[in-house]
Amino acid sequence: MVDHAALKLEDAALKKRRRGRNWAMLGVLAAISLLFYAIAMVKMGAILKGGTP
Amino acid sequence: MNETATAVIDDGRGGSTPPLAVSGISSAADWITLLKPRVLTLVVFTGWIGLLMAPGTLHPVLGFTAVLAITVAAGAAGAINMWYDRDIDAIMSRTARRPIPGGRIEAGEALGFGITLAVGSVMLMALATNIFAAFVLALSIGFYVFIYTMWLKRRTPQNIVIGGAAGAFPPVIGWAAVTGGIDVMPVLLFLIVFFWTPPHFWALSLYAHADYKRAGVPMLPVVRGAKHTRRNVMVYTVLLVPLTLAPWAMGLTGPVYGISALALGLGFIWHSWRVLTDRQNAAGVSQTKDAPARAAFRYSIAYLFVLFAALAVDHFVH
Repeated sequence: MVDHAALKLEDAALKKRRRGRNWAMLGVLAAISLLFYAIAMVKMGAILKGGTP
Repeated sequence: MNETATAVIDDGRGGSTPPLAVSGISSAADWITLLKPRVLTLVVFTGWIGLLMAPGTLHPVLGFTAVLAITVAAGAAGAINMWYDRDIDAIMSRTARRPIPGGRIEAGEALGFGITLAVGSVMLMALATNIFAAFVLALSIGFYVFIYTMWLKRRTPQNIVIGGAAGAFPPVIGWAAVTGGIDVMPVLLFLIVFFWTPPHFWALSLYAHADYKRAGVPMLPVVRGAKHTRRNVMVYTVLLVPLTLAPWAMGLTGPVYGISALALGLGFIWHSWRVLTDRQNAAGVSQTKDAPARAAFRYSIAYLFVLFAALAVDHFVH
């Protein structure tokens, strides 16, 4: 016999984990974008100053 | 497939991989665990010190990126290591709850994760600093994965002696990120971590040897016995201490580092002596639940942190 209450709890726990993973992925992607932007700015700044990046 | 699945997979290496993973039940923390975060703290620190000690300057953003690349690369190597060692991890109590043997992440996912991070970290290093630093970074990943994990770990009790080189790369990479080359100082830092690794791991293996034996990993206490291991802990510590004094003797650092290295080294020798002279039976098996070995293991971690911190302090006052 299927325990629907237990299945519901399991489903909620899985959804919570998935939501956590999604937020973590969003954070990582945002951080990578910011990092690449910062690296580009530093490199371009050095080139504009006439030095090596 | 469900959470209680316990099917054993023949992995073609004489081992097995229980249980099957359940797709989608991993948490973000599981993926972070794959990176071996506790090991990463030492990698970040020694890499940063290498960067700091190097002559020349690097923009803070690029310096941060270089340390990040070293960290991600070490994490990637750790993830690939967990993928390869999933069969023995399932057997050892210390590692049985890791995400792959715990069935929360599939082996293939962990491998893909590790390879992606490895490639990404090398590209990031090349982009932010220089090709040489990226090359050494790639070399360090390759050394840990292919030389240590796949070749040495299951074949020889000297696994951590030679494999220890993998953990010694970060200060060299940090230095290379700034200078684009290698000098005497990063080589000395490499050697310090290289010679520190055996007494550090052998102290651990003295009290965790049952785990290694069960998994068939030929750690020194399993193959040559506890007595031989105790002697080797002492020998490597005695070799390490003069090596840590070399930067001072060669005029590359000041007395702050030199005196710290001497005091820390004497402490390490004292701990190793206690391991050697621990109350033991004829086979060298401890009668004190390996209290000295546990203390030596804890001390060895603090030792390397404080030694490298002394380098940083000395750098600013020298």
